[in-house]
Order: sequence, then structure tokens, then C-alpha cells
Amino acid sequence: MADAGPDEQFRAFLREGRFMLQRAASDGRFVFYPRAVAPGDGAALEWVEASGRGRVYSTTVVRKKPPEPSYNVALIDLAEGPRMMSRVEGVAPEDVKIGMAVRARIVVSGDEPFVVFEPEVDAE
Amino acid sequence: MSDAFPRGRTAIVGAATFGIGKAPGFEASDLAAKASIAALAQAGLKPSDVDGLFFCHPTDTLGGLSFAQYLGIQPKFVDNNRLGGSSFQAYVELAAWLLAAGAIEVALIAYGSNQATASGKLVNTVRPMTYEAPYAPLNPVSSYALAAARYMHEFGARREQLGEVALAARGWAQLNPEAFKRDPLTMETYLASRMVSDPLSVLDCCLVTDGAGALVMTRTDRARDIAAKPVFVLGAASETTHREIAWMPDLTTTGAARAGARAYAQAGVKASDIDVAETYDAFTINTILFLEDLGFCPKGEGARFVEGGAIAPGGALPVNTHGGGLSCVHPGMNGIFTLIEAVRQLRGEGGDRQITGAKLALAHGNGGVLSSQSVVILGAPETL
Repeated sequence: MADAGPDEQFRAFLREGRFMLQRAASDGRFVFYPRAVAPGDGAALEWVEASGRGRVYSTTVVRKKPPEPSYNVALIDLAEGPRMMSRVEGVAPEDVKIGMAVRARIVVSGDEPFVVFEPEVDAE
Repeated sequence: MSDAFPRGRTAIVGAATFGIGKAPGFEASDLAAKASIAALAQAGLKPSDVDGLFFCHPTDTLGGLSFAQYLGIQPKFVDNNRLGGSSFQAYVELAAWLLAAGAIEVALIAYGSNQATASGKLVNTVRPMTYEAPYAPLNPVSSYALAAARYMHEFGARREQLGEVALAARGWAQLNPEAFKRDPLTMETYLASRMVSDPLSVLDCCLVTDGAGALVMTRTDRARDIAAKPVFVLGAASETTHREIAWMPDLTTTGAARAGARAYAQAGVKASDIDVAETYDAFTINTILFLEDLGFCPKGEGARFVEGGAIAPGGALPVNTHGGGLSCVHPGMNGIFTLIEAVRQLRGEGGDRQITGAKLALAHGNGGVLSSQSVVILGAPETL
């Protein structure tokens, strides 16, 4: 891994089907997006598998001219702490609600793997 | 820790616009040069008097160098920052320090863009961020929409309240012959306008226009000799909180809260002293967030604060009296126009939209997606 930068490592994990976050060696804070050093204190970072659980912090629908479908863009607060931009699938884009419990899924578009979310089935 | 900002030791001695709306046939630097010459002329100055140049070109990343060459000057100091729309307030902040320290004598702050006639849409030279690109947010609108959605969720705000901001801006624009959009706007039309990125519709978004603006600053002693109505820089402070919206610490509170508090402290004034507030309204949600963060009302009260025409002509607080980015002008980066309007109000040049007896003005800039915030407090001579 010494040759691969943080972005490349993140993508390599995704290709293996693993959504990984970084954690600061200093105080255990989770970090997203991938970096070479931890924000704030510059601490070393280690990779840890994400739980995949999160909640919708905010949501919008990008409106397209029909027949092109409108789609969701959301900010997800991960259970581990970091927030990321993503989208919630498996539900109409306007039915994505703030506070909704969601779970991560890895999808591949072209050659690029990335993380999307779906509503948590057994949400409390 | 004391903030030794040189309160009142520098002044704006020239403020001019050019090509507001559509300016076919001009390149960005042509427009900026026309505004610059007009602003300099107000103080009897020429380009060759400028030794500090603060310039941001919409697409040329070394635009400050290009513009110095265009003007035929060799400045001691060029700032070519790319903070986005708040660049110009940050330029005033830095120019005040450099002038007060004696490092430069005459600062020219300028911007021009021909984005409307050149491309007809917002010029965006920003590279999509790796961890946003797969989700295709329609930036910048979607990022502001995410902030608006969160704000509405937390504080129960409604679209009609966002609409009040759009209507107020149009009301001011109708009093400003320079404004680009002056046709009447009703709440009905606002609510029926096409959604772009929920909850923001076309009429929640700033215009796409051409336009240029320029400001000239010098030290107060010289300003009194060369300008009929110098406008004094009483405070100027900035804060950057993030770049992309996912890393904004709290989508309902911007860096304007802390930047504003520092600028007020430097100036020795508070929000209730401000006669006219020029905030950066790239989107309707901005005005609500910034009125809160700049202390005109408590957090969460902004949507109610703007109801009933409170920030429109004749309302309790004059806000964005030129019509703002929503109805007057928005050539990509708008911060210079909130400064110019503040100067015009303090000089009493507001025409039909003049706020009688305006002595203290706030001119705010916002860059990125609520990312960089800068606040300048300007005063008439009585405020020194």
C-alpha cells in the first residue's frame, strides 16, 4: 500500500467491496474524506471498516427536464461521526427525509466504485 | 487579545460600476478597466497612481497579473485571491492593513465578468470534488439547497418566507435604474417558479449577468484631500469554515457569525446601529442565514424576520438596497457590488432607493458554498 495515496487506497477497498474510513491514531476520531494526515492535529491515520450505518442530515432533489429523471443528493451523517455527500436510492428522491436511517451500499459506475445509501429496513 | 484593526485610518475614495446586466463586446478585463478608471477618476487618480492591486478574474487564475499588465502598472503588491464572492471584502480588509502600515499608498480593487454574454450561464471554473462528483450535485445550487432544507427542517421555515427575500430584492431593484430585473414579482409567481434543486426554485437563485465594479482606497489623511465624500473603513474581518458543503460544520450557521462579531468589535458598533445592510444574496436562503449570523435577529428567527416586507423598501431594515444578486447584478462573484452599494448609500447617491441619513453600512461577502465569509463595516465621516 506504500505506493498508493489515500484516494487510491479508498477506491481499492471499495473495489474489494469494503467501505473503509480512516481513524486518527491520536484520539480515535473518524475521518472522511481520505487524507494523508488527520485534520486538526496532523495525526497518523489507520483504515477501519465502516459500519455502513448513517442518517440523512439534509437532502435535495436535482430537478431534470423529463424524460430525464430527477435524482436525490443527500448529506449523510455516518454512525462513526463524519458527514459525506451521497444519495439515497430505493425510494423516490423527494421521499428522502432528514433524519431517515440509511445503510451504505457500494455501486460501480463505469470503472468508478462509490458509496450510496438505502433506507434502513429495520430502522427503529 | 486585542484586535488592532486600523479603524477609520483608511477610506474608500472611489466606487464605480460598469456594464451591469449585459455588456456585449467587452471582455472581463475591459469591463473591470472601465469601472476602475471611473472609480479612480472620482478621486482624481490614474492607474499609474495605483501601487496595490486587488483583482480576481472570473476564469484567468493569474488574472491579477494580467490586469496589472492591462492597466500598464507595476504594483508593489498584487492580491489575486480566489475566495469566491467574498474576495472583495477580504481585499478591503487586507488593503486597510497594508495602507495603514504604509506598505502601499493607493489600492485598486476590481472585478469584471462577461459571463452572461459569453456563455449565458454561470461561469464555473471549479473542478468537481472527488467525493462529490459521483452524486452530481447541481452546484452551487444544490449545496445551498441542502442548507435551505436543513434550515427549514430545524426552524420550520416555509417557502413563502424564502419568497419574501426574493420579493424584497425585486422591490429594491425597481428603485434602481441600474438593476437588471425590474419587472414586478408576486408571491404567486415566486411559488409557481420552476424547482431547480429542492427547496430552491429559479427565483431563489441569483441572476447570471455581466458587470464590473471597482473601489479605490487610500489612507484617511489623503482621502480627505482627494475625495468629496470619503467613506471610512471601520472594521473588516473574515472567516472560512469549509470548502464543500459536506464539511460545513453546521448548515444553519455560517462563518459570518464570527467574522461579523470581529468586524463589529473593530468598528465599535453593533448590528442595531447599522443603517443599511448589504449581504450577499446568491440565493434567498443566504439573506436569512446572514441576517441571523450578523446579529440582526436571533438564530432561527430570520425567516420570520423577513416577513411582511421587513427588508423591502419601507421595511424595518434596508437590506440589499440595489436589488442584490437576486435582482440587480450577479456576474459570478458579487461581493464588490455589496461594497459599492454601501458606499453609494453612505455618500447619499442612492437616488430613489436612498436611505435617508445613512451613516453606518455593513457590506458582506460570501464565497464558495457558504464557505468563506467576510464582513466590512463602513462609515460616513460622523462615525469616525
